[in-house]
Amino acid sequence: MSKIQDKQYFPSFSLRLMRVLHLDHALMFGIGALLLVGLIVLYSAGDESSALIHRQLTRIALAVVVMLIIAQIPSSTLRFWSPWMYIVGVILLVLVLLMGDVGKGAQRWLDLGFIRFQPSEMMKLVTPMMVAWYFAEKPLPPSWRTLFIAAVLILVPTFLIARQPDLGTSLLIFAAGFFVLFLGGLSWRLMIGMCVLAASMLPVLWHFMHDYQRGRVMTLLDPGRDPLGAGYHIIQSQIAIGSGGVYGRGWLNGSQSHLNFLPEQSTDFIFAVFAEEFGLIGGLFLLVLYGFIIIRGLMIAAQGQDTYARLLGGSLSMTFFVYLFVNVGMVSGILPVVGVPLPLISYGGTSMVTLMAAFGMLMSINSHRKLWSK
Amino acid sequence: MLHRAVIKNHTLEAQLFKRRALVAAIFCVLILLVLLSRLVYLQFFEFSHFSTLSENNRVHLSPLAPNRGLIYDRNGVVLAENRPSYQLELTPEQIKDMPETLLDLAEIVDLDEDTLKRFDRLLKRSNKFEGVPLRTKLSEEEVAKLAVNRHRFPGVEVKARLGRYYPMAKSMAHVVGYVGRIDENELKRIDETNYKGTTHIGKNGLERYYEDQLHGLVGYQNNEVNVQGRELRVLDKIPPVPGNNIWLTLDARLQQVAEKALQGYTGSVVVMKPHTGEILAMVSLPSFDPNLFVHGISHKNYKRLRDSPDRPLFNRSIKGQYPPGSTIKPFVGLGGLETKSIGHKEQINCTGHYLLPNEERKYRDWKKTGHGMVDLEKSIAESCDVYYYELSYRMGINRIHEFLHRFGFGEKTGVDLLGERAGLLPSREWKKRTRNKIWFPGETLITGIGQGYMLATPLQLASATSILSMRGKVYSPHLLSAIEVPGSEEKVNIVLPPREPVKLKREANWAYSINGMVSVLHGLRGTARNTGYGLDFKMAGKTGTAQVFGIAQDAEYDEETIAKKLRDHALFVSFAPYKDPQIVVAVIAENGSHGSSVAAPIARKIIDEWITNNKGTIAK
Repeated sequence: MSKIQDKQYFPSFSLRLMRVLHLDHALMFGIGALLLVGLIVLYSAGDESSALIHRQLTRIALAVVVMLIIAQIPSSTLRFWSPWMYIVGVILLVLVLLMGDVGKGAQRWLDLGFIRFQPSEMMKLVTPMMVAWYFAEKPLPPSWRTLFIAAVLILVPTFLIARQPDLGTSLLIFAAGFFVLFLGGLSWRLMIGMCVLAASMLPVLWHFMHDYQRGRVMTLLDPGRDPLGAGYHIIQSQIAIGSGGVYGRGWLNGSQSHLNFLPEQSTDFIFAVFAEEFGLIGGLFLLVLYGFIIIRGLMIAAQGQDTYARLLGGSLSMTFFVYLFVNVGMVSGILPVVGVPLPLISYGGTSMVTLMAAFGMLMSINSHRKLWSK
Repeated sequence: MLHRAVIKNHTLEAQLFKRRALVAAIFCVLILLVLLSRLVYLQFFEFSHFSTLSENNRVHLSPLAPNRGLIYDRNGVVLAENRPSYQLELTPEQIKDMPETLLDLAEIVDLDEDTLKRFDRLLKRSNKFEGVPLRTKLSEEEVAKLAVNRHRFPGVEVKARLGRYYPMAKSMAHVVGYVGRIDENELKRIDETNYKGTTHIGKNGLERYYEDQLHGLVGYQNNEVNVQGRELRVLDKIPPVPGNNIWLTLDARLQQVAEKALQGYTGSVVVMKPHTGEILAMVSLPSFDPNLFVHGISHKNYKRLRDSPDRPLFNRSIKGQYPPGSTIKPFVGLGGLETKSIGHKEQINCTGHYLLPNEERKYRDWKKTGHGMVDLEKSIAESCDVYYYELSYRMGINRIHEFLHRFGFGEKTGVDLLGERAGLLPSREWKKRTRNKIWFPGETLITGIGQGYMLATPLQLASATSILSMRGKVYSPHLLSAIEVPGSEEKVNIVLPPREPVKLKREANWAYSINGMVSVLHGLRGTARNTGYGLDFKMAGKTGTAQVFGIAQDAEYDEETIAKKLRDHALFVSFAPYKDPQIVVAVIAENGSHGSSVAAPIARKIIDEWITNNKGTIAK
């Protein structure tokens, strides 16, 4: 520690505090700004309910504590526990399928008596940890054999969650695992091959989809098909965004959202509220802010201590990006409706805690680097 | 942890990662640009389009509920129709102060506690811009008062809605059923999109069973409305598809005749066409007025119906389970011939009672002095119990169970109504399974005369009699005759295929049992000979008297002293003409005491009515 302090004379108090708490100040700035924006939009989206804000603040506090705790854990410890957590996670997923609670037509929750727990949420972190752990031991770029085993490690939780069915989470977990492969040096030729294969598998996938999932895809292609049902969400959310214009209607002035035209306006569709009230300029600001966090995450990953830290950090940053892309893509009508929240802004506790835990890992990768190299 | 010797080049790997991370970063930036360009497209280029949709004119998508299909009887008499009624609707987003508005409205129209509570519930479920019904069935006076005060209540409207109406009222209540407000449980069951704008759903009877046919498909229209919510014009419209009309096999006129004939008793009448399975009449008394339920029955009325000891809401025809009594004898007799337990001319001496070997207990005949020498025909005509005690003893419960089962006893008929009961056809296995007790020989004897554990619904009795009259041909009893797409004038007739027939080893056996039933009405000592007088064709039937409670050994019982509720049920099953049966009637009059004097005349009235209305179709 003393060495670092020698290089930078008179570090401010906040920088010193960050360092003691193993936090990265750039990342903290980005996260803080997003959380603040989130609360502002939520106040408007939730019809100016202070109770809603209080609940969200409680969740944020909990999530920050989780992040702080994880930031203190060196990535070598995370690495050691990765396979065990993965095994436990997969067992829990199987249990959910066998005996989970059904909510809104899908089976996601496991009732442990004292707490209702969503194992799929944990797998968002544990799957990339596991694949990174596996890759860390192997020479990279990976051999065919290594790739095959890694693919199995990714696909097992992906399919278990798709069976619940929770397409959004399943997609995020697949993406998280895939990015480890990509960052670990998956050959370009193979990736192109996989894309072609995936495209040709689409009709098969269609066959296995639930009716409501098919409906969502059909609705994307033609929202007017079912204007009272599935198409309603997309039509109303596009009206909200479009009517925001360049400058927006101003905070608390969005008529689409305040007249309850928008569905799920505090959760999955909160971006539409934001875009209606803050316009294109607000949208640009938000996308830049997200871009900043993602790039910063990738930079931290690139300077990671070892292969495990690098791969995990890179994958978590990219998963954060997928969250953003899927949510904004859905709300603005270029992707089908998949239940993925807008990261750090949507109302709700589960994804908030997961995301902040991921940031805790990134912080830990960043700050424990120098201590380790000693 | 296991450490394997692997060749890893850490510097190269770090470089590889940096290259890949850079590619990932560029990819992210590109995708963010795609998202941004989507926002530019929506918010800059299409701004005026969406702005129009949103700001100046808000587009209100309103569902258009389909008209519910009508229900007709077989001759086109309307059993359920839609009539306009006025209702008060409030649009929440246009009302500034809901509690005050409600208080003000209460001065003009009648709003009771229940109404307000229901409104509160509906309010929570509905969209702010959709009209929420507050009061239904407004009187002319209330409508006029509201019109005068209209300026005081923005967002409050009187709308003419179509409400379900049952012109036959009490007459068809159990079969046709009724509609009522959609409740929480039904919301979970139905496709909510298709029920947008619909407030009512089939709750009971055919209204419930054929809900999918009757409901139709929701339509919608896009209204352009200004900021105050006033409709400016209709942008586009997809009309709803009305529900299909359904035609029933029931004959409303015959139903009313049957009802009148049974009047004064609680009980049931089921009338069928044996050669198709069409149900012509299905009466359950006492009945209720289904119109009470359509607009929400008052608590007081509902309590009265629910708590009445006569259970008017209970459809006795398919849910009432009664001991079939002597009406079972033609079937048991047929079973005796079929299993060769007895010959059709073989005689049994009836002394007025029967004793099982090694048992003290006397099994009594209803006629204390006995019937003398009795063969099958006489046993049915005079309803001799001792004959069937002996026959049942010879057959044994297993064979009785097997044979009666072929006529549908102990099994639902599968009629197109919900809640049908299966009755009870006892067997050794059944007693072991449900009571964990062995079967006693005495129980076989009383099963043979339709007492003891055995239970059947009126519909089952009609269906079994129908099979017997058709000499083994089985047609499923049903109520739906045709489905009609409204406006098309074309009916799709529903014809059910016959079911697996009941085959006898000797076809001639059918005639012996049927002849016995003819003698019930036309024989010198037939139990229903008074009913058989003056018929210009021959009909077949069987009386039955089902004990409501057991009578102590050797005890005489006096009808006068027994409270009415404890009197025996009177039963009668019949068909006519016996050679080419056109109609089957099953009658149960609860506490009617005697099948012969009470139930049989009811059946005769129904058959007479059918014949006068179908002159020529009845073969003499």
